[in-house]
Amino acid sequence: MLEICNLAKSFGGVKATNDVSLDFPDGSLTAVIGPNGAGKSTFFNLITGALRPDSGQVLLDGVDLAGRSPPEIVRHGIGRAFQVASIFKSLTVQETMLAAVSADQRTSAVLHKRFPLPEMRDRAEHVMELLGLAGKRHRTAATLSHGDQKLLDIALALVLDPKVLLLDEPTAGMGPEERWRMIDKVRELWETQKITVVFIEHDMDIVFKIAPKIVVLCYGRILATGTPDEIRSNSAVIEAYLGTEHAGAAA
Amino acid sequence: MTELEAGRAETLAPVRSGAVLRRYRDVLIALIALAVLASLPLFTGSKALLDFVIRCSAYGLFATSLNLLVGYTGLTSFGHGMFFGLGAYSFGLIMQKLGVPIPVAFVATLAITAIVSAIIGAICVRLKEIYFAFVTLAFQMLIHSTILSWASFTGGDQGLRGGIPRPPFLGIDLANHVHLYVASCALLILGLLAMRQIAQSPFGYTLRMIRDNAARASFLGIDVWRAKLTVFVLAALFASMGGMVMALFVSGAYPEFAYWTISGEGIFINMLGGVSTFLGPMVGTVLLLLLNDTVTRFTEYHGIVLGVVILFFALGLRKGLLDFAAEWFAQRRDAGEGR
Repeated sequence: MLEICNLAKSFGGVKATNDVSLDFPDGSLTAVIGPNGAGKSTFFNLITGALRPDSGQVLLDGVDLAGRSPPEIVRHGIGRAFQVASIFKSLTVQETMLAAVSADQRTSAVLHKRFPLPEMRDRAEHVMELLGLAGKRHRTAATLSHGDQKLLDIALALVLDPKVLLLDEPTAGMGPEERWRMIDKVRELWETQKITVVFIEHDMDIVFKIAPKIVVLCYGRILATGTPDEIRSNSAVIEAYLGTEHAGAAA
Repeated sequence: MTELEAGRAETLAPVRSGAVLRRYRDVLIALIALAVLASLPLFTGSKALLDFVIRCSAYGLFATSLNLLVGYTGLTSFGHGMFFGLGAYSFGLIMQKLGVPIPVAFVATLAITAIVSAIIGAICVRLKEIYFAFVTLAFQMLIHSTILSWASFTGGDQGLRGGIPRPPFLGIDLANHVHLYVASCALLILGLLAMRQIAQSPFGYTLRMIRDNAARASFLGIDVWRAKLTVFVLAALFASMGGMVMALFVSGAYPEFAYWTISGEGIFINMLGGVSTFLGPMVGTVLLLLLNDTVTRFTEYHGIVLGVVILFFALGLRKGLLDFAAEWFAQRRDAGEGR
């Protein structure tokens, strides 16, 4: 289980994350929403070690990871994908997956053997199949479509066998149809891989449709948490974020 | 085994044998290249040609090691020549002052290079891009001025004079021109083979990941700093080997070997030959030395000619010669497949 306790981070005088405490039980699927500048990405950066929290704890199965380096946190089982697909542009899809497995198997410093090592292949192959990238294995990452680059980014996180998968706007920059395909994929992964998934999303239709639990951030604080129905009818959320359109839809 | 797994095994099998085959292929190519180079003295009595190949060995080792940093890791070092100079001076001084057998001096020089490069690397590899380039350059100048000012030990601006003793060992007499030639070729081929192995190892792919996206690599659990430091030291070792070949060739060591222009020539060679193919720097080395030798014969303004050539490669081809050729062949192959 991932537990966040009293996490705080300020930039100058701005409290980007202000005393945030949350629980993500094993196997849960949670959406994080909030207006621009609400501190959603900062929240992810604090959990994954990209930023060092001022105070608070990030407990994964009871181990405090707050303030540790990204490689350490990844090794404990928190993987992440990025808002802008973060990939290795000159490597092919297959090389990317194999190299990521190599990092996870701690063979990334091996000098005397040829890449790839036999034991890297099964996992790389499995995740390529899972995300539908197997047919594009020999394509260089830079030549993939935007959607496939986002999938490759997720595949990079997934191939490490994380306990918790953090997805920063998996549908960013996609057209409406592509969005639904991507989010169906995310949901499918969550159902089949039995991992804890937390994702940031802007599209409210998507969030209310697929997320069993929603966290609303605003000015670095938790404004509300709950099921889609609870969030839709929460007056503070409506005022700060949703406006009356979604409230009307709920009614 | 289910049908799905069987299908997967089928797609995976070629990957495995492919990796092993490629390794044997590299060794085979290396053996053939060595055999051809080593038999050259049987066909020609031209001392100038053999000298040319020896110089290519020294510069080729140096330039290819620089490409491990520039091309594979994205670390543009402007001070890589310091390890070329360090190799030449350490080797020369050990031979002159201690009179140990050549293999001992060789290994001792590599050990010294490893220690010095680990210290300098630990400071430099944290820095990004232009800062990395400048601080490596600063260390180069530091080593160069140390050589100049510590005249009692290094001979100052006169260099290590009086020749480097080259006592025979294991039947190899490096004072003999042909022996020196064959030894240089062997060092070049062994060095290239070792660097090729590094480039194609799992570590080599870690370097490519760091070059493309270091932040992402760290989110996959890679210790980027340690990987950069490792390749910095490895590259320094091969540059040092190049310096030793040079010291043996000229039977001395001169401050120019440690001057920033050596690093500049290394970058120049990489631009000429190309950084995205393993042998690009080797091609660049031959090109640069050919240019140097021919142009200086015709004009004293060889700097201008070299400048025009590099502008042609940088602005005209926008890449090194071997990169250009490799891309051209890839395009032709793709066009062929398309039909």
